[in-house]
Amino acid sequence: MAKYGQNADAIAALVREAEVHRDVYVDPEIFELEMEHLFPNSWIYVGHASQLGKPGDFITANIGRQPVLASRHTDGSIHVFYNRCPHKGVKIASEPCGNTGKFFRCPYHAWSFKTDGSLLAIPLKKGYEGTGFGDTQANEGLSKVRNVVIYRDFIFARLSDDGVSFEDYFGESLSTIDNMVDRSPEGKLAVQATPIRYMHTCNWKMLVENQTDTCHPMVAHESSAGTAVKVWKREQGSSTETPMAVQLYGPFMSPYEFYEQSGIRIWPNGHGHTGVANSIHSNYSDIEGYLGQMVAAYGEERAHEILGEVRHNTVYFPNIMVKGAVQILRNFIPIAVDKTLVESWVYRLVGAPDKLYERALMYNRFINAPTSIVGHDDLEMYERAQEGLKSNGNHWVNLRRLYESHEEQDVTAVINGTSERQMRNQFHAWAKFMTMDMDKRAEAAE
Amino acid sequence: MIDEKAITDFIYLEAELLDTMQWQAWLDLFHPEGRYWMPLEWQQQDPVLQPSLMYEDLLLLKVRVERLAGERTFSQKPKSRCHHLLQAPRIVACDPAAGVYKARTSYIYTETRGDLLERYSGWASHEFVEVGDALKIKLKRVDLVNFDAPFGNIQLFM
Repeated sequence: MAKYGQNADAIAALVREAEVHRDVYVDPEIFELEMEHLFPNSWIYVGHASQLGKPGDFITANIGRQPVLASRHTDGSIHVFYNRCPHKGVKIASEPCGNTGKFFRCPYHAWSFKTDGSLLAIPLKKGYEGTGFGDTQANEGLSKVRNVVIYRDFIFARLSDDGVSFEDYFGESLSTIDNMVDRSPEGKLAVQATPIRYMHTCNWKMLVENQTDTCHPMVAHESSAGTAVKVWKREQGSSTETPMAVQLYGPFMSPYEFYEQSGIRIWPNGHGHTGVANSIHSNYSDIEGYLGQMVAAYGEERAHEILGEVRHNTVYFPNIMVKGAVQILRNFIPIAVDKTLVESWVYRLVGAPDKLYERALMYNRFINAPTSIVGHDDLEMYERAQEGLKSNGNHWVNLRRLYESHEEQDVTAVINGTSERQMRNQFHAWAKFMTMDMDKRAEAAE
Repeated sequence: MIDEKAITDFIYLEAELLDTMQWQAWLDLFHPEGRYWMPLEWQQQDPVLQPSLMYEDLLLLKVRVERLAGERTFSQKPKSRCHHLLQAPRIVACDPAAGVYKARTSYIYTETRGDLLERYSGWASHEFVEVGDALKIKLKRVDLVNFDAPFGNIQLFM
């Protein structure tokens, strides 16, 4: 029975000050409404401009469940379309990426479209003469996603025509993307690697919440990070240099006090990050030649400022996480209420030493792969939660750590690093972007 | 003297050690500089500057093996088990004079945990070195036929 459709009050009631109702994770109707409202109302990551190097290059992606297609047009501009032929709905591009040449051609009836989406040709066009075809949406070609912003090569789109502007939506949170890009001596990132893909049988929001959950690593990851530290201590012999691998695993075992003082920063609209003062990425070895390149590019002071910013995980609401210090973006793609595809991308810092790229790729496979011993225990927790939440013993998930009564919403603040406030921040945004267009739609339907 | 039969026997023994979860004995098959590699790209050449699912030295493999037995290894409650179904290995090189030994083996790998069971198909490529009179693994490379698909947890070794 539908409980939540067009019922903004019922949806808002799922989010309390410091608790959320389990239906947000397990109710299929809520998932459908997320696809219909939350994702279209939000700014969603589509891809990176470096994946569209030359005219005719394209990538495919999903916004919520809706397939989209981004292409580089002959004039160099980037366009985002709904990935369906205006004729019978066939997906125009079926591969993750490629080059279509001068035009897209639907494989079903050979309708063709320029790389800006406009209709190029239809075979036996005379069959449409005098039919009123010119007045149909199909005549306009591929349906365009109108709200697209490319910020420092990161392509974001909002499907809803109305909503919060890109600048207002992300605000100061874009500083994490800035820092990641600035870490290239040329101020440029490049996608050269296929993403690591990892299927999760859990709700997508569990993954997003976990990004700023600093009270789980020393518990859930004791078996991986703790064992790595233990084995290294035993096997290191006379070696004085800690291998890159152990440097990456080790900090996961940092004590609560470390996370407490490293801090969390929250921003309006559900964005936030861990690792304000320092982070698990703070103490990696210097890479030979890199600092010199950065100083040459930015000057002494600015170079140290860029490299001194070592934010841990930045959540861009609703469904990506960015790690500037190791150049990784994780995309939590919702498939079903209990199924999430995670694609973890590495960006290469253009002009920086290979060793940095090696480290980023290593981090990605250590932490974000289906073969990752860290990922194994995270997924185990999500799966158990997805099962456990079916229990009727308690309908609420508790997010009360370091809660203060009457917390302000949609503010920028720096807080204790073990707070669950960023999760509360996300759920405030969740209720907002779920319901912001509901009253209007109800009126429109009347 | 290492001959072709010694290579195939080695590969069958390795699969048996994995299937019977004799992890330490499996690790002992590796040369100290040996590597276990699971590429993420078709006919991948570079394990370091191209993305891989795994590229692990003996230290990292030891971490995995010790973790499997850990008291707080939650993703191993219950424990996983595995099964290797191997095609007869094809000897790519068996050259005692040059010390070069290579084989390629097509396989179906099954990993199971609790009520779930997953099957994977691929090819294992072994490169060996001779130490004393015995073979040791210099590189074990496992290429999945669907390396680019999104998997759930793969916790043991192919």
